[in-house]
Amino acid sequence: MTGFTTVTGPAAAMPEENIDTDIIFPARFLLLTAREGLGKHAFHDRRYHADGTEVAGYVLNTDPFRAPPVIVAGANFGSGSSREQAVWALHGLGVRAVIAPALGEIFHNNCLRNGVIPVILPPETVAQMLGCAAAGTAFTVDLEAQTVTVAGQPPTPFAIPPERRLALLNGWDETDLVLARFADDITAFENTQRQTQPWLYA
Amino acid sequence: MKPRTLYEKLWDAHIVAELGADEALLYIDRHIVHEVSSPQSFVSMRKAGRQLRRPETHLAVADHAIPTRQRDVIDEPQAAAQIAELEANVAEFGLPYAALSGPEQGIVHVIGPETGFTLPGTTIVCGDSHTTTHGAFGALAFGIGASEQTTVMAAQALRQTKARTMKVELIGHRHPLTFAKDIALALIAKIGANGAVGYAVEYVGPAVSAMAMAERMTLCNMTIEAGSRIGLVAPDETTFAFIKGRRLAPKAAMFDAACAYWRTLPSDAGAHYDKVVTLDLAQIAPQVSWGTSPNQTLPVTAHLPDPAQITDPSERREAEKALSYMGLTPGAALQGTPISHVFIGSCTNGRIEDLRAAAAIALDRKVASGVKAIVVPGSAATRAAAQAEGLDRIFTAAGFEWRFAGCSMCVAMNDDRLAPGDRCASTSNRNFEGRQGAGGRTHLMSPAMAAAAAIAGHIADAREYIA
Ligand code: SF4
Repeated sequence: MTGFTTVTGPAAAMPEENIDTDIIFPARFLLLTAREGLGKHAFHDRRYHADGTEVAGYVLNTDPFRAPPVIVAGANFGSGSSREQAVWALHGLGVRAVIAPALGEIFHNNCLRNGVIPVILPPETVAQMLGCAAAGTAFTVDLEAQTVTVAGQPPTPFAIPPERRLALLNGWDETDLVLARFADDITAFENTQRQTQPWLYA
Repeated sequence: MKPRTLYEKLWDAHIVAELGADEALLYIDRHIVHEVSSPQSFVSMRKAGRQLRRPETHLAVADHAIPTRQRDVIDEPQAAAQIAELEANVAEFGLPYAALSGPEQGIVHVIGPETGFTLPGTTIVCGDSHTTTHGAFGALAFGIGASEQTTVMAAQALRQTKARTMKVELIGHRHPLTFAKDIALALIAKIGANGAVGYAVEYVGPAVSAMAMAERMTLCNMTIEAGSRIGLVAPDETTFAFIKGRRLAPKAAMFDAACAYWRTLPSDAGAHYDKVVTLDLAQIAPQVSWGTSPNQTLPVTAHLPDPAQITDPSERREAEKALSYMGLTPGAALQGTPISHVFIGSCTNGRIEDLRAAAAIALDRKVASGVKAIVVPGSAATRAAAQAEGLDRIFTAAGFEWRFAGCSMCVAMNDDRLAPGDRCASTSNRNFEGRQGAGGRTHLMSPAMAAAAAIAGHIADAREYIA
């Protein structure tokens, strides 16, 4: 994963609650076992008719939102299934940040693992941003400064836990990180647990 | 020591390292692996040249994409490839596998408990959001993504953010045809599909203590539909009796030692919860979802919402959108809505108790003409148990199809799926747009209610079908 600093561009407005990961990435495409090239299936059943033609007027079929670097959405975006394909597909589409009042929790974690910045802001702020996004105003998400700037307005701060932010900024892989920093602690934990709960080691 | 909740005890007992900002590296005791969410995790392992740290703490099974009509050939080439890939990964990395044609195959969240893999006091993860199910045993169990699975495979540990705690207190007496499914749906309708985001939910009260493990699992299973990754029930004698003697459960003196530890897990008197929700079971009629989010649920006796009467603009928009997708008339009675399909199964309601409840309604009755109804047991063991009791014959005599175990029409990755416009009475957990097939319409309900709908040919009140 490459490091992340800022992203700027149009934001697709999705003023709807509970946009679940089945909408973001329909289950039938889960039969694919690759993680690359999934962007074309993102929001498939919203973007395309059964015959494969585009649904006219859908935000992702409208310029300049066809490959938006940012999505602004209603509460509970990414709820439902744990499928990481939802994030891989968004990333494949070009999305690097999702702004919402709340995200599905597993989706939220999956975003952090894949260089998509989860930006959680109060509902009133998101409501306002939805309006600006629909009007085509440019958004800048700055991870270093932890701010969202909507063109012409003062920046809005957001927060990412410090270690997660550091990993995102540097593009570090979490598995490498855990093994490099905590291998001894994990072994120590196991040695104790083997004594106290031997049935887990039978 | 300060009184602690069950969640806090489980959390504390698994801290490998504190990471600040409410984060910790948690030790992971158990990992269940299925064919759909694991391929990319194994690819990452292979690329990095890594081995599983403790192969015996994983359990693999194919459940999501497999056919349920028969078990001999897998017609869908992509599904066949996915299963072959799982089997190759199992062989290469050396983790235990419940073979597709074997006696322990089934849905991840059904076979974990059935085999004794699921134990109180453990952390359990799986690349599947309904891992909440295992919390019914007093385990800290949650769904994770494929990248997190890789970390668990390699390091047996995972960075997590500590949740706040929510107590859901069930009070009052329920009607015999009000099931855990109805309670779960009523709860989600009350607190919303994101009502429990950020919380670990613990179910308490005499009604919970009186529940068999199957119903506790249904409650915990549906907790993710309220936005929470963690549903919990304190382990008790019912839990221990369920576990005792299962293949992977501790045996003899080890079992007694384990029970002694498990008895220390329930929340201490006076433990603090960040939020408390109370549900009076006497007020809960059988529930039916009418929309495209599980919180869009009503008692079967209710009328559909009329957006014109809704003052909150966002709620009105949501209702309009859902009614339009579902092809329903605002204000109409929910009961009597014609259905074309019935699905009884899934990790929510595919256990033997669920099949018994449905069979009690189906007995000596016929599925309405024009309705396609399938029963898909949650596991091979459940299927065998049901056949030993003759439930399969009750279903087939009534005109239901009797299938092999799998996720089937819960996720519609195989050929069990709705066509656009089909309307299904379903015992699964998600009524999302397209969940049971693109353009399909799902009404969530209990197994008894789904069986009643199959017989009536429309949404019906199961209470009218039992004398
Ligand atoms: S039955 Fe449905 S919810 Fe349960 S594991 Fe399978 S697909 Fe997921």
